[in-house]
Amino acid sequence: MTVPTTTTSAEPGAVAAGAQPSTGRSRRPRASSPVLLGLLGLAALVVLFEVLPRIGVLPRRFFPTSSEIGSALVDQLGQPDFWAALLDTIQGWALGLAIASVAGVVLGIVIGSSHLLRELTASTIEFLRPIPSVALIPLAVLLFGTSIESKLLLVVYAAFWQMLIQVLYGVQDVDPVAQDTARAYRFGFLARVRYVTWPTALPYVMTGLRLSAAVALILAVTAELVIGNPGIGNRLAVAQSSGAIATSYALVVVAGLLGVVVNLAARFVERRALSWHPSQRGEVAL
Amino acid sequence: MTGVLKRVGFLLGLPAVLFALWWTASAGSTDFYFPPLSRILESLVDEWFGPRLMDDVVPSLLRLAAGYLVAAVVGITLGVLIGTYKRLRDFLEPVLEFFRAIPPPVIVPILMLVFGIENTMKIVVIAFGCMWPILLNTAEGVRAVDSTQSETARVYRITGFARLRYLVLPSASPQIAAGLRQGLSVAIILMVISELFAASDGLGFAIVQAQRSFAIPEMWAGMIMLGLLGFLLSLLFRLVESRWLAWYHGLRKAQKAG
Repeated sequence: MTVPTTTTSAEPGAVAAGAQPSTGRSRRPRASSPVLLGLLGLAALVVLFEVLPRIGVLPRRFFPTSSEIGSALVDQLGQPDFWAALLDTIQGWALGLAIASVAGVVLGIVIGSSHLLRELTASTIEFLRPIPSVALIPLAVLLFGTSIESKLLLVVYAAFWQMLIQVLYGVQDVDPVAQDTARAYRFGFLARVRYVTWPTALPYVMTGLRLSAAVALILAVTAELVIGNPGIGNRLAVAQSSGAIATSYALVVVAGLLGVVVNLAARFVERRALSWHPSQRGEVAL
Repeated sequence: MTGVLKRVGFLLGLPAVLFALWWTASAGSTDFYFPPLSRILESLVDEWFGPRLMDDVVPSLLRLAAGYLVAAVVGITLGVLIGTYKRLRDFLEPVLEFFRAIPPPVIVPILMLVFGIENTMKIVVIAFGCMWPILLNTAEGVRAVDSTQSETARVYRITGFARLRYLVLPSASPQIAAGLRQGLSVAIILMVISELFAASDGLGFAIVQAQRSFAIPEMWAGMIMLGLLGFLLSLLFRLVESRWLAWYHGLRKAQKAG
């Protein structure tokens, strides 16, 4: 309960304070070599996927070579349908994430600011949160069919909890002295939220945003794949069932790249929004 | 005594109110999609805690356990290796970032091609999907081993397995636990997804079957069952974790107080 569920990634913020000397040691002198090695790793993956199916270690029937996947990818990039599908996916993701974030932040601040509300809702939140949002798929299908609402239902449900939990942690982290000072100066509720709660909670909000951005993408693609909403996931389902194997792999690559972009964008936003923050939040270091 | 009553009240108050609301609001419901809660619960008890428990729930859980176990073993092993060797980490990092970023359900259609639609496919899907958070968190935890401890171990010539057993794994265990927890929720999602495509048994299969045949109370009951399962599994995980990491939580508390 006290451990925030925040350590997703290989980022510096998630490293315990004791590790600093070791990161310091392995820095600068060969600044370019990690990048180079990383590129080498990617190249190795591509080569492996080219060679292994060719020499028959992986059955060619199921594992197209990198070049085949590449040309399928290029072929996709030339189709307007592909771009429409990509836009559909991004639209569902962005809209769902926006709704979930706003709802999570508002409810988190309201609930977190009141001790009574926090106590009252704790058990309900702890019960609803771990419910896998895929449980809602049948309901979403029945109510909304393949329109965007069914996708949004899944995305919002999954992303909302990530956000809410982080905001709750953040609001509880507010310095009581600062809170009392603001009260003594007759700050109203909104002013306190704006000048005391929000700056304290912002690092947590950003963690929540990063987590829910990733989850939202997973659920957006899942909805397309399973329910059949238009988008990359649906395109993949069609490609797979029509036996276009190289295209299926290419679309998986697209989904992965989309995920990478989402992660990078979330980290970028986080760094920008917290550039002022003195400690870059030691709190979430597990 | 009143303290206990108050805590119970806080714990059960809102759930009770919500339950009562659902019960009364749906009591006389003739809406096809929103049947009365009493009928849903009837179906939950008759079906899901009856024959379906063995037919659908248990197979799902077994596949979940198998996939999760494979992911934990592979993820922690690779994570320790990657966390220990910096060159290896640099070499693999972009590749791992890419694989982690692939939304796990996307690989279901691909794995269906390779492994067919039997149990193997489902276990591989679960294992593949929930391996990444475990692997990356383990690597991060191993990388962040306290340097004083690490150097002390070196001075005392503690190497190899002993170093792993008494230094690396304990100090990385909070991170490993965080990875395992994330992995668990991904695993549950994939357990359901893998059964939606092609299956003859399982929770996901049964729920979708109910939905397609418009057996709406059964569908709702299945959703509740799935929710209960998610809740219970995360509760179980928390219990195990709080035992396993009791020393760590105690340490954190002491640090916060001091």
